Amino acid sequence: MITLEHYLFLGAIIFTLGVLGIFLNKKNLIIILMSIELILLSVNINFIAFSAYINDISGQIFAMLTLTVAAAEAAIGLAILVVFFRNLGSIEVNKINQLKG
Amino acid sequence: MEIDGSKKLLKIFISIENIDRMVLYSLTFYLFSSVAVLSALMVISAKNPVHSVLFLILSFVNASGLFVLLGAEFLAMILVVVYVGAVAVLFLFVVMMLDINFVRLREGFLQYLPFGALLGIVLVIELGILFLTDRSSNIYNNQTPLQPIVNEVENTKMIGQILYTEYFYLFQICGIILLVAMIGSITLTLRDKGGVKRQNIDSQNTVDASTAIEKKKVNIGEGI
Repeated sequence: MITLEHYLFLGAIIFTLGVLGIFLNKKNLIIILMSIELILLSVNINFIAFSAYINDISGQIFAMLTLTVAAAEAAIGLAILVVFFRNLGSIEVNKINQLKG
Repeated sequence: MEIDGSKKLLKIFISIENIDRMVLYSLTFYLFSSVAVLSALMVISAKNPVHSVLFLILSFVNASGLFVLLGAEFLAMILVVVYVGAVAVLFLFVVMMLDINFVRLREGFLQYLPFGALLGIVLVIELGILFLTDRSSNIYNNQTPLQPIVNEVENTKMIGQILYTEYFYLFQICGIILLVAMIGSITLTLRDKGGVKRQNIDSQNTVDASTAIEKKKVNIGEGI
């Protein structure tokens, strides 16, 4: 029997994996962006699980807002990544302080 | 031989029909969630970022399967179309377009692994304790199985009915967020190249003989 807890556990595990990805791949900006996508996915799972739990559609609307924000964030993040790569020829995050402004 | 095989297949189908619906739901949940978690693990540990992006796609597809289980069909389709179709392909495009030395980027992985693993374990244990011990609150006492929202109208119609009325401002804010993201990424990546030949209609129309023709005296036997 699948209850709300199962979905919350799943969300927690995916969230943790996302945070872990940021820590482990400190240099690779692309993997960090993908980890943020994973974190937002876990948020969405929680939103929709609670939406089914309290029998209210509003949670799905907020999940849509999260999707929008995630898409915008990915677009801007990748744009910054491209500019960063053009300027420095690498995407190592610890060099990002050289952009200066 | 072939008839035998099809009979066996039929028997399997019949036995699937006989399984309790709840068991089938549980099996589907565990299948989708385990694949989602494993592929999320591969996203952060794959050596090649292209593989990472592909595992991200797998993770999103499985999450959309879970959304279908929860009765959010519209969001499941949006997740597949927007994420797999647009965002993940954008990631793939950037990974393949930029000529990045990925071997150098992997250097710190093992160095940060103990610290990261410690942090992850602590986070998981804390979240688990939170779920397992807080039985006093109403949410966790209720052991009813999670069911999709039951209504006479389908999911997409339900979302539409509430999105364009009660949450209309939120809908418009979404539009503004996307507009800002679009303008921002264009201005970030657009660069003015020097030496591009462009037409200037104004100067073409106002040209006359005094500026267009230049007289030069050429000596015999020499070029200009």
